[in-house]
Amino acid sequence: MRVVIAEDLALLRDGLIRLLGAYGFEVVAAVDNGTDLRSALLSHRPQVAVVDVRLPPTFTDEGLRAAIAARAEVPGLPVLVLSQHVEQLYARELLSDRGGGVGYLLKDRVATVGEFVEAVRRVAAGGTAMDPEVVSQLLARNAGAPTRALTPREREVLGLMAEGRSNAAIAGRLFVTEKAIGKHIANIFTKLGLPPSEDDNRRVLAVLAYLNA
Amino acid sequence: MACMKPWPFARRGLLSVARVAFAGILWLPVHIVLIVFTVVSFALTAAGIGLVLAPLVQMMVRAYAGRRRRLAREWSGVDIPPPYHPRPAGAFVGSPRRWMWLVRDPATWRDLLWLVGGAPLGVAFGAVAPAGLLYGVQGVVLLPVIANVVSGDDTGYGVTWPLNPISYASVPFQGALITAGVLYGAPWLLWALAKYDHSLLGPTGKAVLARRVDTLTQTRTDVVDAQAAELRRIERDLHDGAQARIVALGMSLGMAEDLVVHDPAAAQQLIAEAREASSLALAELRRLVRGIHPPVLAERGLIGGLRALALTLPLPVVVEGDLPGRPPAPVESAVYFAVAEALVNVAKHSGGRAAWVSLSYLGGALYCSVSDDGVGGAAPRAGSGLAGVERRLAAFDGLLRVDSPPGGPTVLTMELPCVLSSPKTSPSSATG
Repeated sequence: MRVVIAEDLALLRDGLIRLLGAYGFEVVAAVDNGTDLRSALLSHRPQVAVVDVRLPPTFTDEGLRAAIAARAEVPGLPVLVLSQHVEQLYARELLSDRGGGVGYLLKDRVATVGEFVEAVRRVAAGGTAMDPEVVSQLLARNAGAPTRALTPREREVLGLMAEGRSNAAIAGRLFVTEKAIGKHIANIFTKLGLPPSEDDNRRVLAVLAYLNA
Repeated sequence: MACMKPWPFARRGLLSVARVAFAGILWLPVHIVLIVFTVVSFALTAAGIGLVLAPLVQMMVRAYAGRRRRLAREWSGVDIPPPYHPRPAGAFVGSPRRWMWLVRDPATWRDLLWLVGGAPLGVAFGAVAPAGLLYGVQGVVLLPVIANVVSGDDTGYGVTWPLNPISYASVPFQGALITAGVLYGAPWLLWALAKYDHSLLGPTGKAVLARRVDTLTQTRTDVVDAQAAELRRIERDLHDGAQARIVALGMSLGMAEDLVVHDPAAAQQLIAEAREASSLALAELRRLVRGIHPPVLAERGLIGGLRALALTLPLPVVVEGDLPGRPPAPVESAVYFAVAEALVNVAKHSGGRAAWVSLSYLGGALYCSVSDDGVGGAAPRAGSGLAGVERRLAAFDGLLRVDSPPGGPTVLTMELPCVLSSPKTSPSSATG
């Protein structure tokens, strides 16, 4: 799988190249600034990009802006954004085109290699990977009426779904069958008044849009 | 006289004439008495009794000067800040310290000078205004009527001397002109009096500077204290938090290194612990960084940073406004934390259901208001969060206004003088 990496710190950039290389990704470009990132995304058209939010030359949110700009030109271009800190605002901006194929994770998550690689693959396949911290903040903000009607187990499922996990992954994590998870999800969608959908990715986006509203 | 509806200018003129007359006639004895008292009380210092008398007399002088400052503002809109040195502690009436405080303050002697000069000035103005008005009215009403009776070579009016049967006709017009002139000029007489007061009752340039130095010394001390406390907090947080966790992480890795050959299972367990410690250390560093300078503020500027902040609060917060550039980083940071504190207060205490933050830049100052629909009653009491906000802003000559009547709503307004830098253009599109 062809991947573009954007990270200005050499130590982390080399680490990411090595890590993704070891899991069978082909790193077609590894850049260290926003300008190069944009051209790399548009010329290489990678299957997924792993991008640091803060990049030279301005050391502000260059990476995020470049990613959003590239997605505007190439709709659905899968981008996984990494950051030292997570902001609801950035998550919202990434999700705003509702195209899927978006990830937003703390850099810490890279240390849990298996899950990180899984997240990269999920984003590449058009799925979503939201950091648990973003999701817990979203849930805390939505502690009001409709989500209060959920059972604790349903809320747990809602959280994992908002992180972008598939039914199978949620089932594996909660040690229950996929069928049980399907039932929980159906209940959640009914209680929140969301239209049911068979597609995993679309369901995740619907949940995130609901929580972000 | 306030009932002369047709011309506001006439009403204002009549009021001003009355005030000038009142001032000239009633204030004269006050001036004379206070001048005499001041001179005598200081002259009696050698006899000892002056130590008591002089402060008492100066209290009267200052009370009177204070009243005149208020009147200058009410009547003419001239603002005269009191220039007196702050009274030192323990300077009770009769103590040499109290006496020295008065003698050393140039404002004491400027007050005396003001009393002396103000007496003739007040009388002159106080006589001219009503006399002019009477003369004008006489021309309009009286003279034409009685002219038939009184006439001769030694009577005249305005520019017409002597009066004769033909020139009578001009008298009412002249009278009207003079009346109008006096009505128009009287507010300016009052204003000139206020300006005279301002020249001697206001602080000298030196006094203004001295006061400014006092303020700056105070705010600088506050800033230095706050900064030192902040550094201590950061040091403690690093020492007890991230640093300790990284030490633990190093130990886990070291032990894992020893065990990896003989007991791989235990080594794996230790490595997992090390990873856990690293993520906890990172979480603590993140929290710390957020408290020092929120990354989103550096990345998105003030409005973007506040929008991001708004999204983390449990109630809906609308952030609106538009700044033509970016304020200096310390100002951005001060406003950000001030708004954060205000919004936390809203969420915790106000009982409000929503909050609004609005930013604007006007006439060299950044204005930021935070309002909510809560119960009101907020005040910057000592030790409260709002007092902290006030101190934080004072370092930048900023002001905090709290408008929070019981029952709400609450509106906090911050005002910070600052210069905006031109907005940064994104360089990412400059080259391909």
